[in-house]
Amino acid sequence: MKGVLATDKRGVRELGAEDLVGWDEVTQGVVLNSFDLEVENPAFSRPEERPYSDFNSYTATVASWRVIKPVYNRDICIDCQNCWVWCPDTSIISRDKQMLGIDYDHCKGCGVCVEVCPTNPKSLLMFAEAEDQEAALAKWPEKKKKEKK
Amino acid sequence: MAEKMELQEVEVWDGNYAAAQALRQAQVDVVAAYPITPSTPIVETYGAFVANGYVDGEFVMVESEHAAMSGCVGAAAAGGRVATATSSQGFMLMIEVLYQASGMRLPIVLNVVNRAIASPLNVRGDHGDMYAGRDSGWVQLDAFNAQEAYDLNLCAFKIGEDINVRLPVMVHQDGFVTSHTAQNIHPLSDDEAYAFIGDYKPVDEMLDFSKPVTYGAQTEEDWHYEHKAKQHRALMDSYVVIDRVFDEFEKKTGRRYKRLETYMMEDAEVAILALGSTVETSILAAKQLREEEGIKAGIIAPRTFRPFPFEELREVLSGLKCVAVLDRSCPMGAMGALYNETCGALATIPADQRPLVTNFIYGLGGRDFSVEEAKRIMREQKGHADVGYITTPIQQFSGLRGPKLGFFESKRS
Repeated sequence: MKGVLATDKRGVRELGAEDLVGWDEVTQGVVLNSFDLEVENPAFSRPEERPYSDFNSYTATVASWRVIKPVYNRDICIDCQNCWVWCPDTSIISRDKQMLGIDYDHCKGCGVCVEVCPTNPKSLLMFAEAEDQEAALAKWPEKKKKEKK
Repeated sequence: MAEKMELQEVEVWDGNYAAAQALRQAQVDVVAAYPITPSTPIVETYGAFVANGYVDGEFVMVESEHAAMSGCVGAAAAGGRVATATSSQGFMLMIEVLYQASGMRLPIVLNVVNRAIASPLNVRGDHGDMYAGRDSGWVQLDAFNAQEAYDLNLCAFKIGEDINVRLPVMVHQDGFVTSHTAQNIHPLSDDEAYAFIGDYKPVDEMLDFSKPVTYGAQTEEDWHYEHKAKQHRALMDSYVVIDRVFDEFEKKTGRRYKRLETYMMEDAEVAILALGSTVETSILAAKQLREEEGIKAGIIAPRTFRPFPFEELREVLSGLKCVAVLDRSCPMGAMGALYNETCGALATIPADQRPLVTNFIYGLGGRDFSVEEAKRIMREQKGHADVGYITTPIQQFSGLRGPKLGFFESKRS
């Protein structure tokens, strides 16, 4: 799991490749290659296996755009994949239908994952960006009882 | 395989049909279009060619001209040979995407059947739309008749798709006067035409899944400027390829095109500089003036509005006595654009070789420009030449009803 969450190339630099490529290397039509090498069927390989180039946003981090972040609680999650389906930035990392965690290099903190999480209590909750992971988990709320009608 | 069409040695086509035949012979893969008068028959005819099996292509009807050019950009980025047509209001709606197409270096061919721009609404020909495209980064070729609309469409693919150009190309013709006037056309056979243009070799095509690419990247202050400069240089330098394509076309057909067309300029004292169908009207007028009144008149006509033939123009104007520059687009608060381009070129040659330069706004909204009016203008230039200064306002409105309209006088001291 750790290898998937912390790959060699994900989020290794701030957004924008202008420091990596000189102005005199501007490509015709500013057409940017996603990969350094030619690949076969990239749709059938996992992101961490693809040879992403410095022009692909995969290698850039936008973590600084976020002011609140989702924290994931493995103990409650039922691996329903709702958050994976709904995340607008493909920032939920899941393998073999098992939720592994959050790609904090690309997550913008929109909170959609929390909204769609069906468990009681939620398996994902929003915390301040500066909040410590362990401290956030320690503050996790109790299961809510159904209100009697 | 698309079916071939048997063509006669001489066909009777109007400018629109001639352009559509050229698109068919180029075997354009995708035409995304939102038809508009007077360019409608170009895309309509292409659609019929597709439906009847004469092109292996796609005709995509979209919801606006903005979408039409966007569809063309997408199809061109995917790796297809792409073309469309528009006029006037449609052209204005396309403009935002025109800059995208040239910035992404996609060799799309756009037929612009020149028409006036509202308001007031008008479907007739003037050059308002052509002028609105002059900073958009496209090569702009101007056809003066239907044969040229056919020829220049064939050349347009070859120019735009050249690896050293990789820019989109507009082919202009005058609304109705050229687009709807049937003339004798000498077409190439399907095989000859296709062999002349050649197969399209896409660059960085998005449908190459082994090499995924991003089109339309964002570049801020550290890249944008260099990119635009590079694009400008590609357009400036495209004259080399344009000249070569025109040479090859002459070898194939015997029809000679130059970036700056000149007629009877060898011994001319006065001249008209114009674009579009007006060129042929003016040639006829100049011939008559030479025979009837002995006025040595000549005609100058940019074939490429962009890249502008700066050097060729100052060369041909050097030593001339007086030139009237005709702008068929209302400059709204300035001198005409073609006048300004001409004066810019002339400012770089010695003062004693510069002709007097006057500016006429004419033919807006399809107002007829007659042989008589062309003769009157050239006689007037002869008058300026004889006394050595401009005796009328520098900018005048030709063929306008009501009191005469003109601006600015010569400063003689």
